[in-house]
Amino acid sequence: MVDALVVGAGPGGLAAAVALAECGLSVVVVDENPAPGGQIWRSSDGSVHHDARAWSGRARAAGVEFRQGCAVFDAPAVGDVRVVEGGSASRVRSRNVVLATGARELHLPFPGWTLPGVVGLGGLQALTKQGFPVRDRRVIVAGTGPLLLAVAAHVSAQGGRVVGVFEQASWHRVASFGLALAACPDKAFQGSALRLECADAPYRAGRWVVEAEGRERVERAIVTDGRRTESFPCDVLAVGYGLVPNGELARLLGCGLAADGSVPTDARCETVVPGVFAVGECAGVGGVDVALAEGTVAGLAIAGSPKLASAQRSRRKERGFARRLEVAFALRPELKKLPEAETIVCRCEDVRWRDLHVRSDWREAKLATRCGMGPCQGRVCGAALRFLAGYGPEDARPPLVPVPARCLAAFDTERAEGQE
Amino acid sequence: MVRTVRSCDVVVVGGGIVGAMVAWFAAREGLRVVLVEPNAPGAGATATGMGHLVVMDDSDAQFALTQLSLDLWSELLPELDAGCEWTSSGTLWVARDDEEMGLVPAKATFYRERGVKADVLSAREVADAEPNLAPMAGGLRVPGDRVVYPTNVAARLIGLAQSRYGLQRLDGRVVALDGTATLEDGSRIEAGWIVNAAGANANDLSPGLPIKPRKGHLVITDRYPEFLRHQVVELGYLKSAHAMEQESVAFNAQPRATGQILLGSSRQFAGDRAIDRAMLARMVRRALEYLPGFARLSCLRTWVGLRAATPDKLPMIGPAAPGSRVLLATGHEGLGITTSTATGRLIADLIVGRASPIDPAPYLPHRFAEVAHG
Repeated sequence: MVDALVVGAGPGGLAAAVALAECGLSVVVVDENPAPGGQIWRSSDGSVHHDARAWSGRARAAGVEFRQGCAVFDAPAVGDVRVVEGGSASRVRSRNVVLATGARELHLPFPGWTLPGVVGLGGLQALTKQGFPVRDRRVIVAGTGPLLLAVAAHVSAQGGRVVGVFEQASWHRVASFGLALAACPDKAFQGSALRLECADAPYRAGRWVVEAEGRERVERAIVTDGRRTESFPCDVLAVGYGLVPNGELARLLGCGLAADGSVPTDARCETVVPGVFAVGECAGVGGVDVALAEGTVAGLAIAGSPKLASAQRSRRKERGFARRLEVAFALRPELKKLPEAETIVCRCEDVRWRDLHVRSDWREAKLATRCGMGPCQGRVCGAALRFLAGYGPEDARPPLVPVPARCLAAFDTERAEGQE
Repeated sequence: MVRTVRSCDVVVVGGGIVGAMVAWFAAREGLRVVLVEPNAPGAGATATGMGHLVVMDDSDAQFALTQLSLDLWSELLPELDAGCEWTSSGTLWVARDDEEMGLVPAKATFYRERGVKADVLSAREVADAEPNLAPMAGGLRVPGDRVVYPTNVAARLIGLAQSRYGLQRLDGRVVALDGTATLEDGSRIEAGWIVNAAGANANDLSPGLPIKPRKGHLVITDRYPEFLRHQVVELGYLKSAHAMEQESVAFNAQPRATGQILLGSSRQFAGDRAIDRAMLARMVRRALEYLPGFARLSCLRTWVGLRAATPDKLPMIGPAAPGSRVLLATGHEGLGITTSTATGRLIADLIVGRASPIDPAPYLPHRFAEVAHG
């Protein structure tokens, strides 16, 4: 039995592990990726990102055990979290669980989005780091949020030609976010630095991609401002509509989610389930600094450290910034009209919008069309349909990730309380 | 307050596969039928069934009902669209040892004498038929059994009955049956006949029925076309289905039209829909004894359904009490998808006053009252 299990080795998980272990508690970190760092601290050359290395090094020095390539597939109780590692199941018993499960990109379906050459924003960043060639290619970056500029800058740095950056939020909202940035000097610096790096690319707000055209692969992006549409030739079209929290494990543990999909927490980052804490993106999308602050709060709270109060102050400040981000880049309602009848919404099961928009809820849609029932289990289309059609999530059930059948047979389970 | 009052010949309470079939068969007779269901068609136990259409030999009554059902399914299949995913994979009953194999000849004779094709398979023939099975002592193949995707069958039939025979569908919840059907919003439907097809919830409207929810688990894998060719069921299945103890599992695996493998079955008397990990593990372990290679197949999803179980394993089809205008169509336990067709037919026959192709007596609900009184 360890004092704490941390799920996810992004900034939030690493900060929690460090805080816990440096207070003398025993900690296991499980993480799906081959190396710590999460989505944000992913290095371009296969080595560990320097921030991830620094934090994980500090954690290891304090005695934290890391289990990489290890995914949680079931959690009947706080003290019984089941993981799959190399196709085999094992169980982690801990007194507390810190959820640092991060977020995933929201992909909204639009005509042509399944053409080769159309990718997610985060996807493009990850692909280029794995060697996807963008050099001399015409790249359009579209969607919403600060990641647009980060990805545009990254593409430029890799020798790609960013021919357009289209932000769906209006100039008015982006400008008020800019003012908000000015209130946080360190972040204003980040924003302007990104702006400078891709100064050649036209950054245009209040515009969004309504269609990708092309025969074998994407050749043009059709962009609108709601009144006029324009066509932009391109070789790569990267689109992302912000992030949605990964809340599946939280729900399985009984946490329940807020309307935006985040896990509600108190001032100690504890959820409604005693002993279960949530930090970073899964507790509300907010970026690296929120994650670091919350990881620290959760760790210190579990450890009962006197340093908790000051960590809580920095958390409040970071969350304030995150809320401004959320307001500035809220999705415009016109995006709900992106899919046409023939647009594929569920890529795992090839389900089209015409078969989905007539359904009254997520369960009916799943039963009638098999939408969201493929290998990704609705991680992509479920989030899109929550925005497009207002579907709430279904109950969470094991396995959280596909597992070999032997994992479901692995344990001679004593019955959980309350079961007959 | 003005309350809406509708009138029709038949009101069907419940839009699962049984309610859908009752509505279909009744509407086809030219009756004015209203079907009331608060959720999507087939979203209850129907959605949690395997969709295995199987002729059963556990009793003459069960056999008669399932055989008539299979015949009616054959007539119905041309009406179904691709979404109903019907396949004719047949059932392969497998014997683990000589003792189980000893039961096979009698089982084969039972089927054949009643006109159902059944082939006795040697150990070698079972291995050829299903290479992924562990060595078996032999088996029995019933090639006429089929598989459908039940939720879409229910939806399709309700849709067809609406467009073709004027079925009316109401989104609503019936809260009382007292000569009329009263909905949650206070409106009432007056009907010559009321059919309670509310599955395991039938008790809510017709109190005192000897129906208990019997929980079962299912697991579905990613796509592995060719991993299985038949619905493969252990010969001990009936032992499990009929066991009087609280809990049992039996190996029952099905290749879906999608190439996925659907795995059952577990039985326990419980009314909740939570995954019982211990039961699930026991069920998967049972499968691994028969299909060792299943261990490595990637499992995408697990779920739970509630069967409407009766004390004698037969459904309740007919008047709630002698002479009653409330008809029951529930209590189908694990055979509701198969026997939905015969249920629809028997109810329609009863309403129009026509003799049925089989004797309806074994399924009449008041058989339990007689036992209780006698």
